Amino acid sequence: MNAPLSDREKALMGMGEPRLRKEDARFIQGKGNYVDDIKMPNMVHMDIVRSSVAHARIKRINKEAALKIPGVIAVLTAEDLKPLKLHWMPTLAGDVAAVLADEKVHFQMQEVAIVIAEDRYSAADGVEAVEVEYEELPVVIDPFEALKPDAPVLREDLAGKTEGAHGKRYHHNHIFTWDAGNKETTDAAFASAPVTVKQDMHYPRVHPCPLETCGAVASFDPIRGELTTYITSQAPHVVRTVVSMLSGIPESKVRIISPDIGGGFGNKVGIYPGYVCAIVSSIVLGRPVKWVEDRIENLSSTAFARDYHMTGELAATTDGKILALRTNVIADHGAFDACADPTKFPAGMFHIVSGSYDIPTAYCKVDGVYTNKAPGGVAYRCSFRVTEAVYLVERMVDVLAQKLGMDKAEIRAKNFIKREQFPYTSAFGFEYDSGDYQTALDKVLTAVDYKGLRAEQAAKRADPHCPTLMGIGLVTFTEVVGAGPSKICDILGVGMFDSCEIRVHPTGSAIARMGTISQGQGHQTTYAQIIATELGIPSEVIQVEEGDTNTAPYGLGTYGSRSTPVAGAAIAMAARKIHAKAKKIAAHLMEVSEADLEWEIDRFKVRGDDAKFKTMAQIAWASYNSPPPGLEPGLEAVHYYDPPNFTFPFGIYLCVVDIDKGTGETKIRRFYALDDCGTRINPMIIEGQIHGGLTEGFAVAMGQLLSFDKQGNIQGNTLMDYFLPTAVETPHWETDHTVTPSPHHPIGAKGVAESPHVGSIPTFTSAMVDAFAHLGVTHFNMPHSAYRVWQQLKAVGIAS
Amino acid sequence: MSKKIVSMHLNGKAVEEAVEPRTLLIHFLREKMNLTGAHIGCETSHCGACTVDIDGQSVKACTHLTVQCEGSDVKTVEGLANAGVLHAVQEGFYKEHGLQCGFCTPGMLMRAYRFLQDNPNPTEQEVRVGMSGNLCRCTGYQNIVKAVMHAAAALQQQAVAA
Repeated sequence: MNAPLSDREKALMGMGEPRLRKEDARFIQGKGNYVDDIKMPNMVHMDIVRSSVAHARIKRINKEAALKIPGVIAVLTAEDLKPLKLHWMPTLAGDVAAVLADEKVHFQMQEVAIVIAEDRYSAADGVEAVEVEYEELPVVIDPFEALKPDAPVLREDLAGKTEGAHGKRYHHNHIFTWDAGNKETTDAAFASAPVTVKQDMHYPRVHPCPLETCGAVASFDPIRGELTTYITSQAPHVVRTVVSMLSGIPESKVRIISPDIGGGFGNKVGIYPGYVCAIVSSIVLGRPVKWVEDRIENLSSTAFARDYHMTGELAATTDGKILALRTNVIADHGAFDACADPTKFPAGMFHIVSGSYDIPTAYCKVDGVYTNKAPGGVAYRCSFRVTEAVYLVERMVDVLAQKLGMDKAEIRAKNFIKREQFPYTSAFGFEYDSGDYQTALDKVLTAVDYKGLRAEQAAKRADPHCPTLMGIGLVTFTEVVGAGPSKICDILGVGMFDSCEIRVHPTGSAIARMGTISQGQGHQTTYAQIIATELGIPSEVIQVEEGDTNTAPYGLGTYGSRSTPVAGAAIAMAARKIHAKAKKIAAHLMEVSEADLEWEIDRFKVRGDDAKFKTMAQIAWASYNSPPPGLEPGLEAVHYYDPPNFTFPFGIYLCVVDIDKGTGETKIRRFYALDDCGTRINPMIIEGQIHGGLTEGFAVAMGQLLSFDKQGNIQGNTLMDYFLPTAVETPHWETDHTVTPSPHHPIGAKGVAESPHVGSIPTFTSAMVDAFAHLGVTHFNMPHSAYRVWQQLKAVGIAS
Repeated sequence: MSKKIVSMHLNGKAVEEAVEPRTLLIHFLREKMNLTGAHIGCETSHCGACTVDIDGQSVKACTHLTVQCEGSDVKTVEGLANAGVLHAVQEGFYKEHGLQCGFCTPGMLMRAYRFLQDNPNPTEQEVRVGMSGNLCRCTGYQNIVKAVMHAAAALQQQAVAA
């Protein structure tokens, strides 16, 4: 009855416990349920005919041969979708994108036609047999070329439109200009500053490449007029709203289900032509239609990330105090602006670019440009454009340190926003919630013996026979996540709140339904832990459901590290509503006033009397069967949480590399990652998320690249060429943490899974460039593959 | 297309089916046998999500024809647990948080199952090399290495006990 408090607490397996994952049982026994596992009676398969060229007029599409292939049921083109007005669709960024190419193709691998067949093999045969005749047009791959006055017009559908979704377009291939900060005061600071530095850099085009590609199974029931679609979506409710808007089917008759998702990393936020075509085909045929893209299609057409051509500038005093920051970006968005950003910011949260530093004035400007490449601009394991911003500011602080002959750690400490300055309003207007950067930096420098590393590096630089170059990278980053306050964040007009519905059953177990959807983050485990702590119900008996729009409350989904900051808060708030009602019931049951009660782990007890209590399980029973007079029966609550602010997780990362002077091959000797994500819900899962994010960061920094030749042919769109590290290349990660809770979040949590991606990428570049710093090198672009590093070694006369 | 009869032992049971000669093993398993544990990640043998065990070897089922399995002994992730008792590799992945989204997991498990029979007492580096045909985008492999080491220790204990 009265077990020790610590035992009772442990039994809940609530917040802070390294609880093993509830979802694992199905995954380790081959019983996951991913989109491609869905099989429906009478189901047919869809495959896509894609453009072989990057820019061309479609002269003719011949379906005849394809339609003769046994098993092929239909071939549809833009002409077939036109009567339904579904040949174009709106993008998340206020542009339109072709569902199937309408008279023109704008990038290689663009969707031109679809083939529906009885099985996937006949569908593929059909795709081979569709003949498309193209009249090729001049191709524009470089966004700077695209902005030249005589550049070919890429988007003829926008001819004469000088007003875009985000203001004035000054050129036919221009999408938007967006700026933030204060240009006048920043320019003035630069004009009078004793020291200025400037650096151009390119954040290359990469792809999130989750192991599961995108796909859907659409099933329209013509009798009931209902559409059910299983889809690889990180935001099923948004898909429901968009599908309803596009199809005219009432939202109440559209059911979108995101089942198990095999990784997302931003790839599965957008709405792709394949999804729309599968849905349309099902409506037309009255049969379930399955579409699953292959890896080449995935890398070529759905969701690239980055492709930012950035110029950074810092103004500073001679002793390294930063006075101003200025950046200019040319953003290559490809053929359609399908950037996944909250619409009020066409460059996302790029204005976090002042980083962890107290910079008095700053200004940033981003110009979006069309090119003949796949559309996108998704947040690859990051909050919208935060990775680009963090990369820029961290690179620039290194460049400034080099110019001044200062140490990287010293210049950062000098410019940090100090602990006592929080909440801190940045020059761009973000209100940073909390942070303690110096404590974290000191912890890391001590853990790795930073002074010792610098001494070793100095000795190696002095030794001409040393076979390697040693580099030390240091990054002290701040992220902005948890989009977001609906006054500034929305998707297609829907505010970026999130939601939770909790029902406590009569016998004391519970179910929570959420507007988010896990793609590996372990929500079924961690969300239950929050409820366990809030309500004193063991997490083992708390079911968490997500992803089915027929049962879950409306939510904006999982990306931008928003699940814990937004949905996690909704859970706590819903639980607190239940807690408040439970207290009334407990007071009634024990015939005392609520003021006489105190909460203790899993029960309300009468203050000062351990023997007089009611557990949450007892209260749950009473809530259904003997509620106090005037109180409605039941014990459930729903909460929609519109966050008052973003959260600002931070981290201090240090990396040591040894570069072979002859071959350019790089060994990551050490990577030390300290993260502060505020309150920690499940340390085991946090560590796993950090390992994964660091590994994705390693991949981006050291090898990932989607490149194109002059004709617009995509290079390296298979896993033979696109770098996904194996266990052999992947470094061993050392992790550490500090805890600085968010003051505005109900449980103080900030979100964590993206920090390691955002923070590690500039750390690798910092280390690689540091290896060459004594030779006067201040920057070189990613990816730092052996070949490119070898070119760098040659450029400075080390390799031959 | 005319079909061929193929017979094999699948997870210990005799199976005989007529398939198109071009049918890949992964599609046969997933669509005909309803064994959806093995996944399709690349269709080019790079990612290993489709890894199954054929006659004592790890094989990527996305580039293996069903008809090549004539007379073979094929094991998939669904055949790993024995009468409801998890195999040591399954237990290891669970206990060491060796999975996140779960998509690579069946392939990882089947590779670990074979690897630990080939090398029952591996070093961490040997595990990394031995598992390098299987890609994971979520975990960064560190916990996968731990999971395989965990399973190696458990299997050795089982061997001593037996």
